[in-house]
Amino acid sequence: MHYKHILLHATIYVIFKINEEKQLMKNIIKLTALSAVMLTGLSGQAIADAGDSRILKRIQDRGVVTIGHRETSIPFSYIGNDEKPVGYSIDICLKIVDAIKTELDNPNLTVKYVPVTGQTRIPLIANGTIDIECGSTTNNLTRQKQVSYLSTTFITGTKIASKKGSGITEIEDLEGKIIGMSAGTTNEKAIKAAIKDLGLNVKIVGVKDHSQGWLALQTDRVDAYASDDVLLYGLISKSKSPEEYQVTGRFLSFDPYAIMVPRNDSTFERLGRVVMSGLMASGEMETVYNKWFVPGPTGINMKLSDTLKVAFEIQAFPN
Amino acid sequence: MNYNWDWGILFREPYLEWLIDGLGWTVSLSLIAWVIAFSLGSMLGIMRTSVSPTLRLVGAVYVEIFRNVPLLVQLFLWFFVFPELLPDDAGMWVKREMPMPALTTAIIGIGLYTASRVCEQVRSGIEAVGIGQRNAGRALGMSETKVYINVLLPNAYRIIIPPLTSEFLTIFKNSSLALTIGVVELTAMTRQIEEYTFQGFEAFTAATVIYSVVTFIVMLIMQTIEKYVRVPGRVSVG
Repeated sequence: MHYKHILLHATIYVIFKINEEKQLMKNIIKLTALSAVMLTGLSGQAIADAGDSRILKRIQDRGVVTIGHRETSIPFSYIGNDEKPVGYSIDICLKIVDAIKTELDNPNLTVKYVPVTGQTRIPLIANGTIDIECGSTTNNLTRQKQVSYLSTTFITGTKIASKKGSGITEIEDLEGKIIGMSAGTTNEKAIKAAIKDLGLNVKIVGVKDHSQGWLALQTDRVDAYASDDVLLYGLISKSKSPEEYQVTGRFLSFDPYAIMVPRNDSTFERLGRVVMSGLMASGEMETVYNKWFVPGPTGINMKLSDTLKVAFEIQAFPN
Repeated sequence: MNYNWDWGILFREPYLEWLIDGLGWTVSLSLIAWVIAFSLGSMLGIMRTSVSPTLRLVGAVYVEIFRNVPLLVQLFLWFFVFPELLPDDAGMWVKREMPMPALTTAIIGIGLYTASRVCEQVRSGIEAVGIGQRNAGRALGMSETKVYINVLLPNAYRIIIPPLTSEFLTIFKNSSLALTIGVVELTAMTRQIEEYTFQGFEAFTAATVIYSVVTFIVMLIMQTIEKYVRVPGRVSVG
């Protein structure tokens, strides 16, 4: 009875001991694994530094840079012949993507394209769907409440397109006539203000987008169509009979285009500015410009304007 | 989300005014289109159930064409293609002289489309009343017209009030397609506010609430009508 008792105790003791040993071993293994993970984590961080940038961190975690692009903003950002987004803004953005790859030391970062429209570009930037918008977006102070902008890439303004022989050159010539414009654009604001200031009697017709506006001009629904001059040249170059149309008049508004990024992330913004500054300083910006505008794949043929040339020079900050 | 909320924008000049204007256009467009849809649809529905094969065929062809082509496409056809088919003078009149070309086109386009749907409901309502009622009316010596006016239609309309309510609601929502031909109704105004202020979330929330309130009011009105015209002991309760 007694020795059995002792034996039982001894057995239990041994089992306990063995268990303890196992536990210890397990713990040691766990600790080693943990430190290994921590070490790799730390070393990873030491090389690829997202810093305090929310967006770079996001890009690093996903392994993807998401670019928002337009589908018909020729030649800034549009769907090219092989169904992929191409254009002046896209080219600049891809340079920024290269810089992100270097910064995060991840050459395998992939680029994902998400099409945006005038209506969806802000919500998609705000909710984090896209990291950077490469289209033809005017930089103005109201919009800066919602988003941030990188350097100015293009300068344009509102002008009017009409049929040749219509006798229309300036907005004053539209007295008693009809003008069309894309509803809700900065062009609409400018034209309405000009008509009011000059006390003109001009009928205004809003259209949904440029292709419909062009259709309205073609079918004589309107006498003139107002938009950013570069887009008007683009529409003319695409139309069936480009020789029938003209872009005339003075600039009725001032619209600097810029690449749009989410707000409150100065580290990411700076990265973009560094890239663009470098492009402008080295003259590469002009090369990219000429590739898309002189004469450009769509034959738009707009030489680098003096204003834009100066803008590039001013924005080329020293290192 | 990285977004600067500013609900005050909805009550600031001129945006509040824009929303009210947009609502005004939406409501008037929908109501006028509904008048067209209801009267034309009723006529076509009667034609589809009439004893004359010619009338039945006309009704059937109309429904097949207007119900099977997407509304958006129809609006484009009316706005951009139809004036080009007219003689030059008439075409120019439609494009320029006609009062509010885009709005008028939208009202007609949406009205004609919805008419084809109302027609099918009127037809099903008349068929639901049954051939027995029709024969009974004829046996009592009523003319075909009298049978429709006194027997078939009063019963049919009561039966189809619930599906007609749906069509009435749909016309308010379909009216937003008018923005594609340049009518600045509620949705277009919302987009305009978004474009001017970049406060899209607030603007679209406002539009959602306004559309819901409008459709809710329409539902209440239709339910009241339904209760008011109900004949005890007869036809379904919607």
